[in-house]
Amino acid sequence: MAAKSVSLDRGYWVFLLPGAVALLLVIIIPFFVNVGISFTQWNGITTPTWIGLANYEKAAHDKTFWMSFENNLYIIVAMTVIPTIVGLFLAAFLYDFVANKIGQRAASVFRAGYYLPQILPVAIAGVVWRWILQPRWGVLNWLLGQVGMEPRNWLGDADIAIYSVMAIMVWFQIGYPLVIFMAALQRVDPELYEAASVDGANWLEKFLHITIHQIRPEIFVVILMTLIHSLKIFAQIFVLTRGGPGRATIVPSYFAYQNFFEKANIGYGATISTIMTAIIILLTVLFINVQSRQERQEAV
Amino acid sequence: MNASLALQRVNKSAALLFLIALLIVMLFPFGIVAINAFKTPAEYANNGPLSLPGSFYTDGLREFWNRVDFTNKLINSTVISVTVAVAGIVLSLLNAFALGIGRVKGRVWFLVFFLMANTLPQEALAYPLYYFAKSLGLYNTRLSVIIVLSVIQSAFGTYLLTSVFSTFPREILEAARIDGCNKLQLLMRIVAPISRPTLSVLFVFFFIWTWNEFFLPMILLVSTSNQTVPLAIAVLQGQHNMDATTSSASALLGILPCVIFFLLFQRTLTKGITAGSVK
Repeated sequence: MAAKSVSLDRGYWVFLLPGAVALLLVIIIPFFVNVGISFTQWNGITTPTWIGLANYEKAAHDKTFWMSFENNLYIIVAMTVIPTIVGLFLAAFLYDFVANKIGQRAASVFRAGYYLPQILPVAIAGVVWRWILQPRWGVLNWLLGQVGMEPRNWLGDADIAIYSVMAIMVWFQIGYPLVIFMAALQRVDPELYEAASVDGANWLEKFLHITIHQIRPEIFVVILMTLIHSLKIFAQIFVLTRGGPGRATIVPSYFAYQNFFEKANIGYGATISTIMTAIIILLTVLFINVQSRQERQEAV
Repeated sequence: MNASLALQRVNKSAALLFLIALLIVMLFPFGIVAINAFKTPAEYANNGPLSLPGSFYTDGLREFWNRVDFTNKLINSTVISVTVAVAGIVLSLLNAFALGIGRVKGRVWFLVFFLMANTLPQEALAYPLYYFAKSLGLYNTRLSVIIVLSVIQSAFGTYLLTSVFSTFPREILEAARIDGCNKLQLLMRIVAPISRPTLSVLFVFFFIWTWNEFFLPMILLVSTSNQTVPLAIAVLQGQHNMDATTSSASALLGILPCVIFFLLFQRTLTKGITAGSVK
């Protein structure tokens, strides 16, 4: 019997062939070529010159490089920290307050409405907001003018551009954790809440000790996914500010793009993107480790 | 007792007010773009952005449509997205069949590879892909975008489908084998039809993700006649100094297809977002 089910499992590797070859040609080889380019100086036309780690040294002393990662921290606040926290409260609130006291339909309508920005391509979301924030005839400055406030150049003023981008990203991102968390709440056993109520726990205590604890796997996934997304942020910056004014909103992916396609500094662009990749892989591995350790603890 | 009931009612309306205010903020950009796309430039200048359009003015939309040849952009986006969705599913299905059903040797390593491929930033592939596309004569063709995005989507699809297939009932597989099914028949007649719900979720995901894609299409497609909807709108916005109503018309044309997809695929999507999230 056992031997028979083994014989079922032979020869399947043929099916893996097209997918594995495609992965090799389109992702794995280009990736390693890119890592290779990062050790060279290259303008994309002549033969690349091997310069070892010089590009990495250059990055370590490059103000724009550090600026791009500093800006990325702001983006992480806007895409991961704020949406996860707000999403948690909003999901819990919609799930047990609105759904119970006002109605399931109302909760669904709110959820769909808050999620709507997520259906847009990020580039289009950028186009919409650039239109609203246009300094001369944009809607926001018009509204401010109506209440007697000074207009501002939201995306063109180096002091506030990054905050404008952050606000747009919060608007764009909030629906994602909300939808995931609301679905996650459905698997929390209501008896846990009843037991806690009997013990005299208030809403906040129940939220902290039951809700957050029970949906921890989803919280992990949301944090990891949004972290990766915020490290990859490109289209928004391209459409909204092109990294400017100056380098006020530059992010690593846009900086890499500039080096590849505007400054013909291919080696340096490859270095920046390789460093980005290393950070993303490190984060992924770290998170998966923490998560599986938590699961093991739970199992004990 | 009465006091606490009254308090509860006040709380309830305060909460509802807050939620509605938040909803208005979230939907405001959509609404404001929609009403201003139908105004004449003069109307916008005189009455401001908040007034409703006095007449149903579609010249701005029409002018933008013709200026970018929007029909062509819709065709490009549709052709690319549908082809990528189908090719991505075929690749994912073949991979997952070998990994999840066939449980080939080293499948854990393959899965790690697919997962990593899925998390890599496109910036780390972009230049070599651009260079290869140029040397192969595929640069500035829709085919180049289709090939690259199909493989990238299949990395996620393989990961998801393999975990679905690893719980596929073994009795069904063995019964089919005893009935004389070969492996290809097993895939085409048993595994694929049974997993159709998951495949349709994947199709919708791949389609929308590809439609929304920006970075790689921008790098691989240079001439406007090959560009996709988001690309054409975003690039044009940077180049021309458009007036307020034409700009909102262009934004509306970017939003509309996505709203249509959302309404069409809403049920599949809500099922899928949560299905893919934790595994």
